[in-house]
Amino acid sequence: MSPETRVVLRNIEEPGLHTLDVYERLGGYKSLRKALLEMSQETVLTEIEESGLRGRGGAGFSMGKKASFIPRGTMDKFLCCNADESEPGAFKDRLLMQKNPHLLIEGCIIGSIAAGANKGFIFIRGEYSHQADILEAAVIEAYAKGYLGAEILGSEHSLELVVHRGEGAYICGEESALLDGLEGKRGNPRLKPPFPANQGLYQGPTLINNVETLCNVPLIIEKGAKWFAGLGMDKSTGTKIVSVSGNVQKPGNYEIELGTPVREIVYGLAGGPPAGREIKGFFPGGSSAPVLTPDSLDLPYTFEAMAEAGSMLGSGSIIVIDDSVPIVGVALRLAEFYRHESCGKCVPCREGTNWTVKTLERIDSGEATPMDLEILSQVQLNIIGNCLCVLGDSMAMPIGSMIKHFREEFEEHIEAARAAADRDHVTGLGAGELASAQGAGAA
Amino acid sequence: MAEEYSQRSGDQGAIRSAPLPPGWDTAVDLDKAPATIPDPAETEVPEALRAQIETIIARYPDRHSAALPALRAAQETHGWCSPQAIEQVAAVMQVTPAYLSSVATFYDMLRTQPTGPRYVYVCTSVSCHLRNAKAVYNAIAQEARDQSLEGVEVREFECLGACDMAPMASIDGRYVGPLDGSDAHELISAIKERRAILPGRGLEDSDYRLPWDPDAATARSAGPEATGGELKRKTQPQEGDPPHPDVSPPGGTVKDRSEEEPEDQ
Repeated sequence: MSPETRVVLRNIEEPGLHTLDVYERLGGYKSLRKALLEMSQETVLTEIEESGLRGRGGAGFSMGKKASFIPRGTMDKFLCCNADESEPGAFKDRLLMQKNPHLLIEGCIIGSIAAGANKGFIFIRGEYSHQADILEAAVIEAYAKGYLGAEILGSEHSLELVVHRGEGAYICGEESALLDGLEGKRGNPRLKPPFPANQGLYQGPTLINNVETLCNVPLIIEKGAKWFAGLGMDKSTGTKIVSVSGNVQKPGNYEIELGTPVREIVYGLAGGPPAGREIKGFFPGGSSAPVLTPDSLDLPYTFEAMAEAGSMLGSGSIIVIDDSVPIVGVALRLAEFYRHESCGKCVPCREGTNWTVKTLERIDSGEATPMDLEILSQVQLNIIGNCLCVLGDSMAMPIGSMIKHFREEFEEHIEAARAAADRDHVTGLGAGELASAQGAGAA
Repeated sequence: MAEEYSQRSGDQGAIRSAPLPPGWDTAVDLDKAPATIPDPAETEVPEALRAQIETIIARYPDRHSAALPALRAAQETHGWCSPQAIEQVAAVMQVTPAYLSSVATFYDMLRTQPTGPRYVYVCTSVSCHLRNAKAVYNAIAQEARDQSLEGVEVREFECLGACDMAPMASIDGRYVGPLDGSDAHELISAIKERRAILPGRGLEDSDYRLPWDPDAATARSAGPEATGGELKRKTQPQEGDPPHPDVSPPGGTVKDRSEEEPEDQ
């Protein structure tokens, strides 16, 4: 059996797939025709719900359920595609948008049918300028062919789709901050409820979904909910594009059926750690997911199994850490990321990320005592659950898990760094003085 | 360390890690008239920029939504979000300059200091960190100083979403990688001489392939063992060296924040 199951990525190697001609030649926009001309809003919604498709952006919430929360009525409703992929470790949406933008556009249109929305936005991070250019060109092609605009393919459904570029803020991947970014404000998360399904963009009902989630929708319409639900394991249906990175021999995007053992992904597909090294730990779902130890490598890669192991599947990005890397360095880099990206709205996150960085710097520079480790754990506990969004938790949970799994290494690092700092202090006297000091001591 | 901070910021007793921008502690002049929406008749805006912003505004149900793309357009015209650029956008969008400043200071890619107009973002986030990105950044920053590169913002950047090509950098949006320190000279020279940057090694190049993925199709069907070990170090010489040789000197991971790195957000 080939370990990869290419469904969403099935034609990804096809040259010119980003153009409408090639995409249509390979059967593109057939699902849209089917959804528009043979199905109703209700049946599209039911199909998505029955497929069991769960959000691929991190939270793993059922897309069908989310879409069904959108109220009916004549008010303006919106569809937002979250293409602000900024989580360290995640790079699957980049591949989809660069190689297969029309699949995403088709997914957006079918999603808008389910939500009854007729204005759509793709919020793409500004760093993906090449991908945004491709997407914009594809949108223009789709308009020209009548897939976008008023009364699509002669039906009653209309959709205006705009590609909106972010300007470099991780927090805009949080759905309510994304809405603020789209409204032209600083990207600050909002208090929930009300949830975006009721009051989102411009206060209207809004369906927000990740790129990969929407890319699955045309496949579900084409092949049916039963087919999709037959893939995967338990309540984790379908396939997942897994971005594997870090200390592996072949980092990259691999599409697997959910339920494939983690070991098969990390060793089988990504080639395992470099020769002569062992895996020390891994983030199973991007940098926000608590770190797991090699004991968990044999678990099936599903939302449930990762949650049960005390972590999460998140955006499906596996970052592998091998035994040559000091865990304190990883923790510090991680904490610095979240400090930089905290929007500053909630105190526990703004201050907690900052103090975590400072404490880890002390550990790394030899100024810390073992007690600092307790303080560090305490700070994490004071962040979790105390903010409007989960950015703070996204630092606190992995840092907490690192202290839990690698406490000994932290303690050794504290001692080694202190010893080294003392040595530097002595050698700071200068070689000659040191020699004479030693000589005096010996005499 | 504390002395270093206070020397840099010129403030005895300061405990900040970077100097604060000028004027941060000057008191607000309460008698001054508040900034208002600029009068379009009195604000000179380059015609092309005005047209661009008006097109952007027309795309959205609410004109405020144009803030990010409009500031980007102004930044491309002026090189950075200068007070003048912000005034011009404010005049066309009919919002206050203060509103736009609040937005511009939030987003990393909008520059509120004249450091551009071109940029080199070197990713040093977690996945790149695991593959020795800090050394790559240091080599590039050093090379930029050696070649006295001007008009280019060279900085560390948080995850650029290309962990498969780690360590990597984005040069004006062109993603190149995997990099190692020996690429720094060619990279900076190419920027300086406005040549193509590392041709064939950019994500957007049609023949781009990850070094360990030359025959992707066969590798996939043959399974893991068939392609096992021999691929790994062909083009990745730095992989042989551990990213962090040892724990001491313990400050090795991220201590040397370079002076020219702008203040966070």
